Amino acid sequence: MSEFREFLIFERSREGKVGCPLPACDVPKPELSQSLGAAGARPALDPFPEVSEVEVIRHFTRLSQWNFGVDQGMYPLGSCTMKHNPRINEAMAALPGFCQTHPLAPDEAVQGCLTVLNTLGTYLSEITGLPGCSLQPAAGAHGEFTGILVIKALLQSLGEDRKVVLVPDSAHGTNPATAALCGFQVKEVPSDAHGRVDLEALKSMVDGNTACMMITNPNTLGIFESNIKAIADLLHQHGAMLYMDGANMNALVGKARPGDMGVDVLHLNLHKTFSTPHGGGGPGAGPICVCDALIPFLPQPWVVSNAEGLMLSMDTPQSIGKVHGFYGQFGVLVRALTWILTLGKEGLVRHTEHAVLNNNYLRKKLEPHYHIPYPAATLHETVFNDKRQNAFGVTTMDIAKSLLDYGFHPPTVYFPLVVHGALMIEPTETESRGELDRFAKAMIEIAEMAEKDPERVHAAPHRTQIQRADETTAARFPVLRWSAT
Amino acid sequence: MKYLPLSPKDKREMLDFIGVPQLDDLFESIPRDLRFTSSLEIPSARSEMEIHQFFGDLADQNHRYRSRFLGGGAYYHFIPVVVDSLSQRQEFLTSYTPYQPEISQGTLQYLFEFQTMFCSLTGLEVSNASMYDGASATAEAVLMALRLQKNRKRILFSAAIHPFYLEVTKTYCSNLDLTLEVVPAQDNATDMAALEKALGPDVAAVVVGYPNFFGKVEPLADISKLAKQHGSLLVTTTQEALSLALLPSPGSFDVDMAVGEAQSFGVPVQFGGPYLGFFTCRDEHKRQMPGRICGMTKDRNDKRCFVLTLNAREQHIRRAKATSNICSNQGLCALRATIYLSCMGKHGLRELAEQNHAKSEYLKAGLRKIQSLTVDDGPHFNEFVVRFNKPVAPLLADLRQKGILAGLDLSRLVPGRTHEVLLAVTELNSKEQIDQLVQAVERLV
Repeated sequence: MSEFREFLIFERSREGKVGCPLPACDVPKPELSQSLGAAGARPALDPFPEVSEVEVIRHFTRLSQWNFGVDQGMYPLGSCTMKHNPRINEAMAALPGFCQTHPLAPDEAVQGCLTVLNTLGTYLSEITGLPGCSLQPAAGAHGEFTGILVIKALLQSLGEDRKVVLVPDSAHGTNPATAALCGFQVKEVPSDAHGRVDLEALKSMVDGNTACMMITNPNTLGIFESNIKAIADLLHQHGAMLYMDGANMNALVGKARPGDMGVDVLHLNLHKTFSTPHGGGGPGAGPICVCDALIPFLPQPWVVSNAEGLMLSMDTPQSIGKVHGFYGQFGVLVRALTWILTLGKEGLVRHTEHAVLNNNYLRKKLEPHYHIPYPAATLHETVFNDKRQNAFGVTTMDIAKSLLDYGFHPPTVYFPLVVHGALMIEPTETESRGELDRFAKAMIEIAEMAEKDPERVHAAPHRTQIQRADETTAARFPVLRWSAT
Repeated sequence: MKYLPLSPKDKREMLDFIGVPQLDDLFESIPRDLRFTSSLEIPSARSEMEIHQFFGDLADQNHRYRSRFLGGGAYYHFIPVVVDSLSQRQEFLTSYTPYQPEISQGTLQYLFEFQTMFCSLTGLEVSNASMYDGASATAEAVLMALRLQKNRKRILFSAAIHPFYLEVTKTYCSNLDLTLEVVPAQDNATDMAALEKALGPDVAAVVVGYPNFFGKVEPLADISKLAKQHGSLLVTTTQEALSLALLPSPGSFDVDMAVGEAQSFGVPVQFGGPYLGFFTCRDEHKRQMPGRICGMTKDRNDKRCFVLTLNAREQHIRRAKATSNICSNQGLCALRATIYLSCMGKHGLRELAEQNHAKSEYLKAGLRKIQSLTVDDGPHFNEFVVRFNKPVAPLLADLRQKGILAGLDLSRLVPGRTHEVLLAVTELNSKEQIDQLVQAVERLV
């Protein structure tokens, strides 16, 4: 990490500097007070930077050096699936033939883009065992939103006005937030002693007012919901549907298909399972795959093929409408298709196997040192907690901050909420054994330090450029933009 | 398997260490009858060379044009090389949401800069760290207006806003307790008489385009006065963010929320996404905002630093009571815009906006000389409607044959308007291209 103090771009700014000079205007400039009407033009932008290109490059390069990325080292952020992001994916998305294609150009001019959509949709359906696919959702949460609306539309078409969505207590926060956004009442389903959905409790909750249940599988504890078929059957018996949050689909690709488990809708996070870069928070993509009954309700437009080739069709009268300004995060879709084609059918399965192998290897190494509140078998990730370290006054946050000093990104912390002080570790398949060993060694040393010198752990991090930001003051007295004074 | 770093020996030893004979045993928790045992119908692995060939062929199937006047919510602008080279740095590309501020200051600081720049552009006090796109930002603004105006359930949405933004907003609102009313357009702008008539004490917000879908600069002063008289909030949505460098800011008209699409700032048109929704509002409303927000603070050594803040609004804390279900932003696109705007700078961006406007006015003047068509009355920023005396689809097809992608047949988005074209002009359209377009149209009509 760079030791430089890098100012804000506004603080580097000095009157009269420019980073990208423009050519002279080759047409006459109109009198703005006339061409823009009564309101005229605005005063100068302020604050706004004035810097040379060199300063732009140095500024953003230095900022980048204060970040930690997957290319630097292991990033075991559970549920986020921080795997390798191949550069070939970037290169394919950047092809001028894709980048320069306008979304409103006529269908015959965009056959290449439509083929990308069509092909990716077909492959995602094959992987999930669900025949319909919409690539429009811009992120996982957006996919949830789309999927729940699709379910609602089907129920309404049957004359059913069901009000309740069931969500396990271990679910991602987006699940209940989505259900509320779609106008549903959310009811929380408890987990059983093994960390799975409590089937008996669920039985007492499902009724004619249940629209659907949202389930994550494997769940946020990394545990496969082995009752999923029974859960699906139970919901279907009551005329309700099963939504699956596909955040953890990377544990299943090529090994099991949600369509075969009775799942009706599933969203995929292309930035997790299919390796498109997380980009510091986005853009991701959250396509949904659906069963036959739900296909007529998918967002518009969608790709159909006719004698002249592929075209975008709006001819789906029962559709929920549009969820994205155009057709989704196209550039992200190109990256995901590149990943699928690079790996091929065999590679996709190998990747799943290695993700599960790496997790179980790491689990075995850490088990003697960290408590596992739900000891059931895990697939791609394992949730530990700070129970043993608590005895010495050391918390999950301290452990996370200590890992920073070892050069690792910490795991996901304090989630899922069913575990007190959760440490959710997902190594992914693209870590070498050496890296896993180094990470395990760091974790074990921290556990030992917690016992012998808890103050040192408590005081971590010691080596990062900034240390323990004051988030309370940030929220209480928000400063959300820069000003000169 | 170039992305899998375990050797066969590693694998064997790791399985031994775990204590299972074979890899498949690790999947025991998946019931047998739910396992997928056949082979996926997906082609086998391809080498990097084959991948290049495959996607190169697909990309080549898309038509390229030497001259482009198509906008309608996605604009061809020049992108400096540094935007690509800096935004592809792995530390930005391969990092995740900055939940650990100690090792995410790069992302956090540029988000703070992004927010500051968008506040300057819109004249509002608070910006979030971006939304999926202009359409979803518009929909979320409507939802936020309803949270702020608890007892008002009607939204007046101008018909002169991008039809796709309306479609998305309808989808977002479809299951909520509100009425989304479309205020008709007259002469490609919000019908002021209809707006006045529709306003009332139950209207939570008025939403208008600025400039609107037809490229027209709406009379915000008048609209703002009307909305305020009725205690309604005013939301503007802008599909061409560059216009904000030239037009008076929404904030200067007392607008409450200014949202829109900032693809124009360094993001390629790339068939519609990923783009860059922006979202700004008044300080007093910030705790009802959707999306991530970055704030400035200090660390324990009193060093200035940045964190994600006001998290109490968000789904990971509030779950079903969150202001939105969104749990990402368009990070890399926001980075591209921040780099782009830094390169262009205060005066460069203004000059760029003036050139867009000048070229658009120049094209309008050229077309006005042709008898059989009517150019819409302004004011416009860089996009406007032209009405012909016959359907435009054949004309546009002829122009494409000449290598000119000449604008949007309005009937594709606005049913019935078969005789009209929406034309956009940017700095990439040279005087020569504009002259050629005018000549070609003259010959064809």
